[in-house]
Amino acid sequence: MISRRDLFHSLLGISAASMIGCGPRVIPLQGELLGPDIGLGHRLRDRLSLVPAHADWQEIPVIIVGGGIAGLSAGWRLQQAGFHDFVLLELEDQFGGTSRSGITGSFQYPWAAHYITTPMPENMPLIQLLQEMGVVEDISADGVPVVAEHYLCREPEERIFCDGVWNEGLYPGHGASRDDLQQKSEFDASMSTWAQKRDAQGRRFFSLPIATGSDDSEAIALDNESMLSWMNRQGWTSPRLFWYVEYGCRDDYGLPLDRTSAWAGILYFAARMRTASKDSQDVITWPSGNGHIVQHLTSRLSDQLRSGQLVCQIVPPHNQDEPFGTTVVAYDKQRQQPIGFRADRVIFALPQFLAPHVIQDFSARTGRSTADFQYSSWLVANVHLRGRPQENGFPLCWDNILYGSKSLGYVVSTHQSGNDYGPSVFTWYYPFTDISSMQSREKLLKLGWADWADLVLADLSLAHPDIRSLVTRVDIMRWGHAMIQPYPGFVWGPARKAAAIPDGTIHFANTDLSGIALLEEAFYHGVRAADEVLLARAS
Amino acid sequence: MINRAPLSLLYLNVLAIATCGLIYELLAGTLASYVLGDSVTQFSFVIGVYLSAMGVGAWLSQYILSNLARYFIEIELALALIGGVSAPVLFLAFPWIDWFRPLLFGMVFSIGVLVGLELPLLMRILKEYLDFGDLVSRVLTFDYIGALLASLLFPILFVPYLGLVRTSLLFGMLNALVAWWSTYLLRPLLSSRGLERLRWRAIVVTLLLGVGFFKADQLTTLAEENALGGKIIFTTHSPYQRIAITQKRLGFQLFLNGHLQFNSVDEYRYHEALVHPAMLGNEPPRHVLIMGGGDGLAVRECLKYSSLESLSLVDLDPAMTQLSKKFEPLNRLNHGAFSDPRVKVINEDAFIWIGKPGPQYDAVIIDFPDPGSYSVGKLYTTRFFRLLQKRLKPAALVSVQCTSPLVAPKSYWCIVRTLEATGFHVRPYHAPVPSFGIWGFALASMSEFDSTPLPFDRVQGELRFLTNDVLKGLFELPADLQPMDSEINRLDNQALVHYYDSEWNRSD
Repeated sequence: MISRRDLFHSLLGISAASMIGCGPRVIPLQGELLGPDIGLGHRLRDRLSLVPAHADWQEIPVIIVGGGIAGLSAGWRLQQAGFHDFVLLELEDQFGGTSRSGITGSFQYPWAAHYITTPMPENMPLIQLLQEMGVVEDISADGVPVVAEHYLCREPEERIFCDGVWNEGLYPGHGASRDDLQQKSEFDASMSTWAQKRDAQGRRFFSLPIATGSDDSEAIALDNESMLSWMNRQGWTSPRLFWYVEYGCRDDYGLPLDRTSAWAGILYFAARMRTASKDSQDVITWPSGNGHIVQHLTSRLSDQLRSGQLVCQIVPPHNQDEPFGTTVVAYDKQRQQPIGFRADRVIFALPQFLAPHVIQDFSARTGRSTADFQYSSWLVANVHLRGRPQENGFPLCWDNILYGSKSLGYVVSTHQSGNDYGPSVFTWYYPFTDISSMQSREKLLKLGWADWADLVLADLSLAHPDIRSLVTRVDIMRWGHAMIQPYPGFVWGPARKAAAIPDGTIHFANTDLSGIALLEEAFYHGVRAADEVLLARAS
Repeated sequence: MINRAPLSLLYLNVLAIATCGLIYELLAGTLASYVLGDSVTQFSFVIGVYLSAMGVGAWLSQYILSNLARYFIEIELALALIGGVSAPVLFLAFPWIDWFRPLLFGMVFSIGVLVGLELPLLMRILKEYLDFGDLVSRVLTFDYIGALLASLLFPILFVPYLGLVRTSLLFGMLNALVAWWSTYLLRPLLSSRGLERLRWRAIVVTLLLGVGFFKADQLTTLAEENALGGKIIFTTHSPYQRIAITQKRLGFQLFLNGHLQFNSVDEYRYHEALVHPAMLGNEPPRHVLIMGGGDGLAVRECLKYSSLESLSLVDLDPAMTQLSKKFEPLNRLNHGAFSDPRVKVINEDAFIWIGKPGPQYDAVIIDFPDPGSYSVGKLYTTRFFRLLQKRLKPAALVSVQCTSPLVAPKSYWCIVRTLEATGFHVRPYHAPVPSFGIWGFALASMSEFDSTPLPFDRVQGELRFLTNDVLKGLFELPADLQPMDSEINRLDNQALVHYYDSEWNRSD
């Protein structure tokens, strides 16, 4: 059994442990420990073999397996092309994967991914989706989308708690030396240079989705070293700068600097800058985070969606041209019976690591290994408050960060609705960056709800000493395979490239095929896989 | 036996209790005239009740036959408690209760009865040692000296330097100390049974009032009084803001988070200029919306139109709208606006409220505080004004208070330009309000409109500032208030808050 103090120390960092480690353990009245359906998921690993009854077989031309953003986007694309003869199977009761959201009374809040940045003109499919949602109202003459005011993150956007006071922005500038600030501006200038860089074909070096960016050797070379080593080579030494950049890596990849590829580290900053004059593309967000996009997609696809379906086995046809030759067997959680589908094409919109468990003879037939696909574990807590905590310094923002903590701080779900008083829900994020991913998953599973609630409130208490008296409920979500890790060599290595190639009639769509976990990437792969299927059906 | 030396100390007792008694009376009278207004009436009533209660006390004293010293000390303690907490209790209670007058006069009456008991008892204690002529002359002399001290020191020293709440607690403590001291002074007349307990009670009462004295800072701080430049007669912390009312010689002032909202002396200039241009459109207004304006003073102006059928007032803070009804001078200043059956109060953040579906209005008055914070700044954004447009009848006029165009020209023109950016036709105008300086407004409509004002025939009731010619003049911008370019205030840039911050900080 780990002591509470040790737990704080190892999970939050030294400052947190020394400040509150010895304080009393006060746990909120209510809450739940949630997580993706682990029991059912692990039955997959045990290669559950089920044979559906004769009457439980259906012929459906296209099956999408997985109802996260990639699967939903594939369905959206098929429907957009006028093709409706498909079914999407999702294990969970709720669609959206790591973009899902929750609702309690009139409050909506994200359970993981909570924003996108305004897409660049080259990301036309995403602009189309946002137009359909009414988020993009217009497109200017130069192709730049015009986003409706109330979907752009409301000012004040972000603040950082440092030395006992909140300051505006993400960089811990309070108490920074001149040298710190000098290095920060050098870093900004460097990122701006990378953002402006174009290859011989005119493609940006860093772009989202990354498929629209360059594969120029100068860019790709960055993938061979860690962000830490690259920053060291630039001669930077400022601990504040390292913290600031590492915050970005933890935020987007769940990785520390020394395990993030320099290519991915730079991408985080440079891919979101359109012009040298502008800091970063405007953030688009909703009270429910990216759950808003999920809500739109699921309402569009309601006829095709089936939840509570554990897909256990996909069997490719002997002959690729055989009509309805690919079989998909799923376990219907509600009916507690297996059901079968015969299809022409399957879009596998689950993470890669599941492919060998679900697709028959996957490794033997394709010669691919999924061992290179490593994932970060996350913890997300939704903290329900009866009122706003006391503040010191810059007022409550959308994104609120604690300098020095190993958490990522919290996002305020009521911010975007313009609701500035009274009850709120804070969504607190914690990536397991310090430990190898297998270890951290075990650690995640061992701790109970009370341990986590205690930890979450200890972290928040650093900046809000009165928060425990305001908390009414803490719900906690454990994400075991939340984010693909862009460690050095992975994004531009052979495994990722090979994984996106269709396995006969089976097409792949997931954000991990980009080596980074972003809605933009998941959407890109969903649309791409749908286009592959449409093309195959046309020929 | 009481010998000669303690006898003179007993006269000191008379002096102290006389001072305390009159201070409590002055406190009650002052407090009543602050919160109920009309000082002549309030003082007359308080003095009347107090004096008659003293009579009752004197009459009751005949029924105390023995243990005179003991009763005297008990009465001192009771007086210390009731008198000591009178001002803080009345201050805290008045905005929240409907029976403020019964509470006030109940307290005045109790204090009067106790004070009325004091002297007769003390005189009966002393009569053993003095002949009657000496007794009456000396006791009454010290009683009148005490009264003189109280009436001189109260306005010169105590109100300006301590405020009503601390003065009240301080004299309560003095009363309790008199009780404690009297246990020694009158020791020969007291039985030793329960004497120690009596002393402890006196100490506990003194300490309790002492804690109150030092905690009084949470109610009002002297620093705050200095900052607001007047005597604070009411403060409260609502969940949304700090509300304070101060009193100066000529009138009272409302502050929200330390910012002056109006001065009763010249607020009519501001509110006539804010309200009437929007009410003088082509059609007589029937359904009117006010956003902000929880003081009810804009409502008062709107109620001067007989065409008015309904008025909705959306103000964030129930503590503010309650106060406007319960705080008698303000209720009088707004002509009992919130008692009019046509007026409906909605306590909600206007930004959330305006986003909901609802009826359309003939005229809208926007009287939000100045955009000094992000949570107010959002109420001046293109998003807010676009949502507002859905609530306007086609020819509706909207007037907006826009901070000072002289002190904060960028902020002023930012609001005007933001209104224009959402499709409003806008006419900027201004009015001089001595307490504020030159103040800026904007009149806006989705339809083209003529700012040549209509005659005031429609207005039922007196206008003190506006005449037809004056109104026309408000739309003429002097050379130092000429238009300038500005960024548009949006939710995702809050440009206005940044302008406002830099301009008002520069001026301070």
